[in-house]
Amino acid sequence: MGNNVLVIAEQRGGVLKKVTFELLGVGAALASRLGGSVEAALLGSGLDNLSEALAQHGAAKVYLADDPGLARYSSEGYCNTLAALIQTIQPAIVLAGATAMGKDLAPRLAARLGVGLASDCTDLEIDNGRLLATRPIFAGKALAKVKLNGDPQMATVRPNVLPVPAPDASRTPTVQPVAAVVDRIRARVVDIVSAGVGEIDVAEANIIVSGGRGVGGPEGFAPIRSLAKTLGAAVGASRAAVDAGWIEHSHQVGQTGKTVTPNLYIACGISGAIQHLAGMKTSKVIVAINKDPEAPIFKVANYGIVGDLFTVVPLLEQELKALLAEQ
Amino acid sequence: MNSIVCLKEVPDTETRIEIRGGKIVEEGIQYVVNPYDEFALEEALKWQEKFGGKVTILCLGPERARESILKGLAMGADEVYHLADPAFLGGDAYTTARALAAAIQKLGDYDIIFCGKQAVDEDNAAVGVMLAEMLDLPHVSVVSRFEIAADGKSARAERDIEGGREVVETPLPAVVTAQKGLNEPRYPSFRGIRQARSKPFTQWTVADLGLDAGGVGAAGAKLQVMEVLPPPDRPPGRVIPGEPAEAVKELVRLLREEAKVI
Ligand SMILES: Cc1cc2nc3c(=O)[nH]c(=O)nc-3n(C[C@H](O)[C@H](O)[C@H](O)COP(=O)(O)OP(=O)(O)OC[C@H]3O[C@@H](n4cnc5c(N)ncnc54)[C@H](O)[C@@H]3O)c2cc1C
Ligand SMILES: Nc1ncnc2c1ncn2[C@@H]1O[C@H](COP(=O)(O)O)[C@@H](O)[C@H]1O
Repeated sequence: MGNNVLVIAEQRGGVLKKVTFELLGVGAALASRLGGSVEAALLGSGLDNLSEALAQHGAAKVYLADDPGLARYSSEGYCNTLAALIQTIQPAIVLAGATAMGKDLAPRLAARLGVGLASDCTDLEIDNGRLLATRPIFAGKALAKVKLNGDPQMATVRPNVLPVPAPDASRTPTVQPVAAVVDRIRARVVDIVSAGVGEIDVAEANIIVSGGRGVGGPEGFAPIRSLAKTLGAAVGASRAAVDAGWIEHSHQVGQTGKTVTPNLYIACGISGAIQHLAGMKTSKVIVAINKDPEAPIFKVANYGIVGDLFTVVPLLEQELKALLAEQ
Repeated sequence: MNSIVCLKEVPDTETRIEIRGGKIVEEGIQYVVNPYDEFALEEALKWQEKFGGKVTILCLGPERARESILKGLAMGADEVYHLADPAFLGGDAYTTARALAAAIQKLGDYDIIFCGKQAVDEDNAAVGVMLAEMLDLPHVSVVSRFEIAADGKSARAERDIEGGREVVETPLPAVVTAQKGLNEPRYPSFRGIRQARSKPFTQWTVADLGLDAGGVGAAGAKLQVMEVLPPPDRPPGRVIPGEPAEAVKELVRLLREEAKVI
């Protein structure tokens, strides 16, 4: 078993996901404690030019599986290719993003390699030469510190939690081609349906503006959407708004929705039920706009405004527009 | 169309989790069927209505889980296999998947396995996918739309990804993990509740599955929980006073100068 850290890079449509850089950052820190280096595995088709960004963010080596059979993600194609690579290079630690792709791939890969998995971690460190991972359990109502027996030690890491390392433009990539194993793919992606054009997914957003039952109906999301647009933010929702059919489930934040960690979360007309808080409590800054001063959301909010969202939200947008115009 | 539904019992999502001495306090916790497993079971029942066959619940968990399993039977499942041997307990996603896989191999004769996308206690979101690998089956995870072909030999699923959905085609048998939105789980009917207790209910031990007690449950776990901590408290927030226009101005200033997020 070596002492390197392997980061499974994630790209969709030839664009690297930010979480990949976050993984390279933490991977480099872990590797230096182990006396090794951080490396990346990049899978896809026609991706040569992405190696540079991986190197600049810290990857000492890029293992590149470039094959038309990997043009679209498939759990089996990725798992088969990566399992062969990992068995050859024997990294101490393997990291992937806790994204739709990483969560689909990592358990399969762990089972193939006969190892455990620490999923959706928010912190990673080395303790006595072994990985010590922190992972929220019970929807963030508790944090578990866990270690893994066996090698490699595998973890997925929640996006948006760890910092992106500063890129170093002087670093050039060392690329090592690896064979794609694509001859046995049973479940195949045949199409990708994208959400509304220009819509940002809550799981990836830096800023989220969310609406709850307080918006009163589907048309009540108009000021929310408008504010989100001004801020370049994603639109979130409580389950009450989703279950009422006012907005699609893909917007739902919470225990049975998405877990989000934006820099700024603006909750409008959301009471702050425990299951909603579970999905957004780790946001860096929370703003609550609610007409009920007793609403539990104010207990977790950094800043609150007690008032009618239909008055406050448009005013807020106006104020922000003025500010953006100044800059 | 014979389906196996993996059903776990978890603390009610309303439960406040109390931590004492680096461990979760179990007294006072209310248990329910994992919400995602209700979507899994509903989906199995839906396709049973179309194709016939049987729906089998498979649960690894303590004796206590019987009540939740009965709810699954009351919803309409036909029979239960319960891995209640204490040796199965206290494991991780890997050992759980391994025990479930062994049970499924022993059951044989299935066309599809439905799991939830995640159990809302440990939030691993791993068991279903690990199970697929251990049984050498294809899988589709986090499925919000699902359709079995008329010949019952393949399926088409949509799974949620960031900013959209992937449409996946897979031959059967396969493992499917259910996301919210897939369906509306039915409520047990009075008749269902009455019949639940007379449906076949089998408990299997580690020996029944031909497994080694050292490889399952706490003894076989590959993930060791060193400590459980409460989440860090959020700093106390403040409500910004004043008329809406004033308050909003002050909010924007604070977001910019104090929080530095815009
Ligand atoms: C198993 C399970 C899973 C769940 N998962 C989730 C989940 O993932 N996400 C989730 O969000 N919930 C979830 N819930 C539901 C949760 O318990 C709450 O019911 C839900 O979050 C309430 O949504 P809300 O805050 O929008 O509505 P309410 O609780 O009804 O709150 C509406 C708020 O809007 C305020 N308001 C009304 N009008 C105005 C106005 N004009 N201006 C300003 N404020 C106004 C009110 O004062 C109130 O505080 C789950 C529940 C269960 C049982
Ligand atoms: N102990 C268990 N018994 C039965 N099914 C389980 C068990 N643990 C997990 N599962 C299944 O696997 C899914 C994902 O669980 P997890 O990986 O623990 O988040 C659950 O929704 C269940 O369908």
